[in-house]
Amino acid sequence: MQFMLLFSRQGKLRLQKWYIPLCEKEKKKITRELVQTVLARKPKMCSFLEWRDLKVVYKRYASLYFCCAIEPQDNELITLEIIHRYVELLDKYFGSVCELDIIFNFEKAYFILDEFLLGGEAQETSKKNVLKAIEQADLLQENIDFQMRLFAGVMVPNLVSESSGLFQN
Amino acid sequence: MPAVSKGDGMRGLAVFISDIRNCKSKEAEVKRINKELANIRSKFKGDKALDGYSKKKYVCKLLFIFLLGHDIDFGHMEAVNLLSSNKYTEKQIGYLFISVLVNSNSDLISLINNGIKNDLASRNPTFMNLALHCIANVGSREMAEAFASQIPSILVAGDTMDSVKQSAALCLLRLNRTSPDLVPMGEWTARVVHLLNDQHLGVVTAATSLITTLAQKSPEDFRTSISLAVARLSRIVTSASIDLQDYTYYFVAAPWLSVKLLRLLQCYPPPEDAALRSRLTECLETILNKAQEPPKSKKVQHSNAKNAVLFEAIALIIHHDSEPTLLVRACNQLGQFLQHRETNLRYLALESMCTLASSEFSHEAVKTHIDTVINALKTERDVSVRQRAVDLLYAMCDRSNSKQIVAEMLSYLENADYSIREEIVLKVAILAEKYAVDYTWYVDTILNLIRIAGDHVSEEVWYRVIQIVINQDDVQGYAAKTVFEALQAPACHENLLKVGGYILGEFGNLIAGDPRSSPLVQFNLLHSKFHLCSVPTRALLLSAYIKFINLFPEVKPTIQDVLRSDSQLRNADVELQQRAIEYLRLSCIASTDILATVLEEMPPFPERESSILAKLKKKKGPGKVPDMDEARWNVNGNTEHSENTEPTNKAPSHPFTDLLNMNSSPAAGASLLVDVLSDLSSPAPAPTTGPGPTDVCEEHFSRFVCKNNGVIFENQLLQIGLKSEYRQNLGRIYVFYGNKTSSQFLSFSSSVTSSDTLKTQLNVHTMPVDPTVEGGAQLQQILNIECLSDFSDTPVLNVQFRYGGTLQNIAVKLPVMLNKFFQPTEMTSEDFFQRWKQLGVPQQEVQTIFKAQHPMDTDVTNAKILGFGVALLTGVDPNPANFVGAGVIHTKNTQVGCLLRLEPNPQAEMYRLTLRTSRESVSQRLCDLLSEQF
Repeated sequence: MQFMLLFSRQGKLRLQKWYIPLCEKEKKKITRELVQTVLARKPKMCSFLEWRDLKVVYKRYASLYFCCAIEPQDNELITLEIIHRYVELLDKYFGSVCELDIIFNFEKAYFILDEFLLGGEAQETSKKNVLKAIEQADLLQENIDFQMRLFAGVMVPNLVSESSGLFQN
Repeated sequence: MPAVSKGDGMRGLAVFISDIRNCKSKEAEVKRINKELANIRSKFKGDKALDGYSKKKYVCKLLFIFLLGHDIDFGHMEAVNLLSSNKYTEKQIGYLFISVLVNSNSDLISLINNGIKNDLASRNPTFMNLALHCIANVGSREMAEAFASQIPSILVAGDTMDSVKQSAALCLLRLNRTSPDLVPMGEWTARVVHLLNDQHLGVVTAATSLITTLAQKSPEDFRTSISLAVARLSRIVTSASIDLQDYTYYFVAAPWLSVKLLRLLQCYPPPEDAALRSRLTECLETILNKAQEPPKSKKVQHSNAKNAVLFEAIALIIHHDSEPTLLVRACNQLGQFLQHRETNLRYLALESMCTLASSEFSHEAVKTHIDTVINALKTERDVSVRQRAVDLLYAMCDRSNSKQIVAEMLSYLENADYSIREEIVLKVAILAEKYAVDYTWYVDTILNLIRIAGDHVSEEVWYRVIQIVINQDDVQGYAAKTVFEALQAPACHENLLKVGGYILGEFGNLIAGDPRSSPLVQFNLLHSKFHLCSVPTRALLLSAYIKFINLFPEVKPTIQDVLRSDSQLRNADVELQQRAIEYLRLSCIASTDILATVLEEMPPFPERESSILAKLKKKKGPGKVPDMDEARWNVNGNTEHSENTEPTNKAPSHPFTDLLNMNSSPAAGASLLVDVLSDLSSPAPAPTTGPGPTDVCEEHFSRFVCKNNGVIFENQLLQIGLKSEYRQNLGRIYVFYGNKTSSQFLSFSSSVTSSDTLKTQLNVHTMPVDPTVEGGAQLQQILNIECLSDFSDTPVLNVQFRYGGTLQNIAVKLPVMLNKFFQPTEMTSEDFFQRWKQLGVPQQEVQTIFKAQHPMDTDVTNAKILGFGVALLTGVDPNPANFVGAGVIHTKNTQVGCLLRLEPNPQAEMYRLTLRTSRESVSQRLCDLLSEQF
């Protein structure tokens, strides 16, 4: 896999992971181009498209698009399931994940991804093992200010779509 | 509601993020961000030392701002400080920041590497994993240099935790992709292969990817992985779905690992060992059988995972291309998918079948699905799926179904998406030519193409139809009649007019007997469209008119009137004006005999690869065009036709003069004849050629790095030899052109061209040469060279001459390299090491490790280093087996001192080459040049 992008229906980039060295300018260009291309596609279309000399595999979960660029000889279907497994991991970790979780806890989304994929290849495909690694890490941290937990849910006027669970539709 | 509480909440961060989200406009957002940046900057600069938590919070905010798309130019140091925190979350944020932002700031690399080193040594698996993730995410050369040799031992050590092994394997994979030269092969590779047997499936999953990458690089070293991979695969496909516990995904046993193992096996041919081979065949059969079983779940994840394995198995079957039964079964399976309700499966089936079509065992089986594929072309709603259908039709086409496929593609073309029209046009043109049993069908098809999609018919396509008509005399009359009829349409595409003008100009006489297409009618028909077309087409039509004067003396006065009119003779376009004037004069003063000679029918074109096929290959990239029988086609068509159209002119087909190729001027082949195809780049009527881009020969280039004299180029006609001498920043090359034939070379010329950058770095002055080279004779040319500053491009020597009426273009890389301007420097051991230390800045040193390509002979190496231009210093290096050299590069602007060291390792058959100079570009260039010599 060469890179993975998560973006919203409005075209806002929520997560980007690059497994090939590129300069920032090029990354922005690719992101812009690809977000536009994918958003323009209709629902029943095929999840794969040829893009430059790569293949793009994408899938929409509620308000979020998950989009991976792979090499021509890579397996498209297993990439679709990589996306799905990642969504499952997020869902399990956050408990019915929605776009807002990924916005407010973007660093966690990156950590989970690193446990699952490394260097663009699946590192650990067992859901249990990945979550175990993340939870162990969570146990290692310092005490959390209890007030912060109470603070969490109430402060943001949200778009409905961003708070809808990714698994709802 | 979002669960911000999970993990380590950072209140300030959450507030900041929601502030940003509340911004109503881009300006408000920028304002809020700038405020935050100012705040963070002041905190970082403040006198009060920040605690770890605050530092983490601010670094995380910076990261968020960066990910929003804003530039971040500070905070790197604070992030690096977090690495040495012993609190996990602080360390983790530090690493994340570095992984995302490190490229933009590399002066901290040694500090970062230090942090990583400490964590790798910590023996704390969570810390080790963080460090390995960071290396894998950044993957920079500096990190590879620092850690590539250490990670293999972590990977294969007996006491390493499983999760660390997994990270280490993929970390090494990433480093091997970015800096393969820095990942040392060795004793560990054998132990890595045995990870395929590991108890922990996660370890196997990660290791399989690594082994696949390494096996692609050096298949021999990893051959033992075949049997282990087959054994593992066999255990997975025969396991009950619960056996693998959490590695079972929606009732499919370890789909990711299965796909990876099947990928690994695609690095190799079918196993030679019979038992192993039959075990693998069993696995593949089991996978095919499972596809027929009823699904264990209705979830799409189940079918996707199952089919992912199936498609990878089919890819392996196609890769082996040796088991007819498996190939046919694969084809039948894909045939079922062609009608599946999932668009994804239809897409993949079409794609996969395309490769099956090229196997002799399954080509026929693929053909049975023709109706389904044609139907897909008509009914699929997604253009990417229709595109796959076009590709498959192209791949399955042969003589038996070509008429049907070409007809379907033509009818699809009428409504096809603009994005793929040009490609379809090329494909139709190729198929029509390749499978033309009679050329009337071919001509009809191409004219249809122009009618339906004229705008997408590239020059190659209409050049090609003309080539074929010229070479096939049995189709010329039909072609003339057909274009004449097509031109009757009130509106016809300009490309049709071009083809029509050319063909009537050559063969209009064949239909002139019919009063309905008498010479005057033909002329009036063409001329009625003249004023509506572009300049190049008008130029072509003028040439057709002068050909008419020769073919039909009776229309000469009419045509002369046209040529004489003000709109021609005083045309604002200089090309049209020139053609009109010259053609008019030619028709007035030349006798009928001379006219007949000058305007004679075009001779047949020599054989060459179809320019259309070349274009399609270029469009799709090599390997994407299924090879159909042979790469080179006879322009004279299929074998059935060749006996009656044996080309009279067996001129050697020469890769440098592709007459109808877009890049070279089309007139090159016909020295005397007026070629109506000449485009604007070549003045008519006496065509001279502008040389098109020619392949630059660099075959012998690298031999000249360490020597100055020898043969740089040779073909059947010409040999080019060089003698060179250099002093300081000046050089002189004597170039010898030897005519190997017994006839003259005419219009001989040679020049040296340089890129724009190189022109500012290197002056090359060429002495003029005699335009004629007698058969068997040798011609000498002197080139004077001045080096202005250091350079890495190469000048190109372009030679052009006419041999037997054909223009030859030859381009050769001229071996003028930076090291030619070396003056050797003798120095003592003490001086050497003092200088070596002075050049200690990382950018000044370039190092490479490479495999020996020649036997490692000390005397030869000595000679090469001397030939490179430096002094060979003996007794300097403590290890007598190493080679040490010193020299000074002289350029007009500056002198650059250079030290080099070459360390051979005869056991591994490797060398390590290190160069230190005061300029990075010089070090790099010299290293590139010298490392290819051993």
